Amino acid sequence: MDRSKLHSVIALDMVEFEFNGTPHKSPPQTTVAGLLESLGIEYRFCAVEVNEEILPKAQYSIYEVKPGDRIEVVTLVGGG
Amino acid sequence: MSTNIHRLSVAGKLLESRVIVGTGKYETLDVMRESLDASGTSCVTVAVRREKLYDRDGKNLLDYIDLKRYTLLPNTAGCFNAKDAVRVARMGREILSDLGNPGADWVKLEVLGDTKTLLPDPVATLEACQRLVEDGFKVLCYTSDCPIMAVRLKSAGAASVMPAASPIGSGQGILNPNNLKIILEYLKSDDPDYPVIIDAGVGTASDVAEVFELGADGVLLNTAIAHARDPIMMASAVRNSAIAGRQAYLAGRIPKRLYAMASSPEEGVITSRPW
Repeated sequence: MDRSKLHSVIALDMVEFEFNGTPHKSPPQTTVAGLLESLGIEYRFCAVEVNEEILPKAQYSIYEVKPGDRIEVVTLVGGG
Repeated sequence: MSTNIHRLSVAGKLLESRVIVGTGKYETLDVMRESLDASGTSCVTVAVRREKLYDRDGKNLLDYIDLKRYTLLPNTAGCFNAKDAVRVARMGREILSDLGNPGADWVKLEVLGDTKTLLPDPVATLEACQRLVEDGFKVLCYTSDCPIMAVRLKSAGAASVMPAASPIGSGQGILNPNNLKIILEYLKSDDPDYPVIIDAGVGTASDVAEVFELGADGVLLNTAIAHARDPIMMASAVRNSAIAGRQAYLAGRIPKRLYAMASSPEEGVITSRPW
C-alpha cells in the first residue's frame, strides 16, 4: 500500500469531534481518560461535558469519544 | 448572632471572615496567595474556564489555594443567559465534587446584561437562581442595588443576596447607600440573620468600612486588592477596615447634627464671650 492510501485509511479511522470549541481527531475507541492523558490534562482539577451533559469522573475510562461529540473540559481559574 | 462578631454565617456555614476575596487579575499566583492570606479571608471566588492546551505553564490555580483553609466559591462570570449560568455552575460543582471543599455546592451566580456595564440581567438572574436552587445549589446571587429585585431573589431561595456597590471593577465605591439601606431593611426585617453581602465596585479600604457601617454582613471584592499598587498591603487594609466598619456598626454611630456641640463642659469656663 502506498503512503497516500495509508494516510487516507488512517484519516477515515480517526474519530472527529469538537474539543473545547475546536475540531479534534483521535484514534477509534479513545476514552475520555485517554483523551485527557494525551492532552496532559490533570483529572483532579477538571470537569468534562459531553454534548452539554456532565460526564461523571467514573465514566472517564469507560466513555469512548464518538464522531461529532462536543466535548468541553474546564478547570478553575482566577476570578472575582 | 455568633460570639465572634467578625464571622459570617452563610449557607449554613460559618466563615471566619466577613471578607470574600476574588482570585482574578493578580500579577502572579504568589502575590494572589499572599494577598488572600493578608486579607484574612476564608472564602475565595474562582471562575470556570476551558482548559488551555497551549502555553500551559503547568500551574493550576488550585495549587496556590489551600483547600483546607479556604471555602471555594465558583462563579458564573461571563454568562449572559440563564442556561449558560446553570451549565457553568454545574461544572464548577463537578470540579469541586471530589476535592472535599465545603464550597462544592455553592455558586456565586452572576448573569450579565452587557459587556460594557457588566450589570446583571435581572430576568435571567432570577430564572437561573430558581433553577439552581431547585438543583440543590446554595446560591449567592450578584444583583444590582435594586431593593425589589433583592426581595425577589431572596424569595427564590438565594442563600445570600449580593447587591453591587457600583459596577464590577469600577472602584467607584457605594453609589447608592440609600438603596443598600432599603435592601438591608427589606431582607432582614423578619430575618435579621439573613446574609447580605456587598459585591463589586469597592475601590479601597474606606469603601469596605462603609459597607459594614451600613449594616451589611459581608463584602466581596477582587480588583480593589489585585490592582492596588501593593495588593498585599491593600488586602491587609481591607481586613482592618472590615473589622473597623463592623465594630462601628455594632457600636452605633451618633446622629448627624447641623450645628456644633461642644465636647468640653460649659460649666466653669473662665473666659468671657463677646455677645
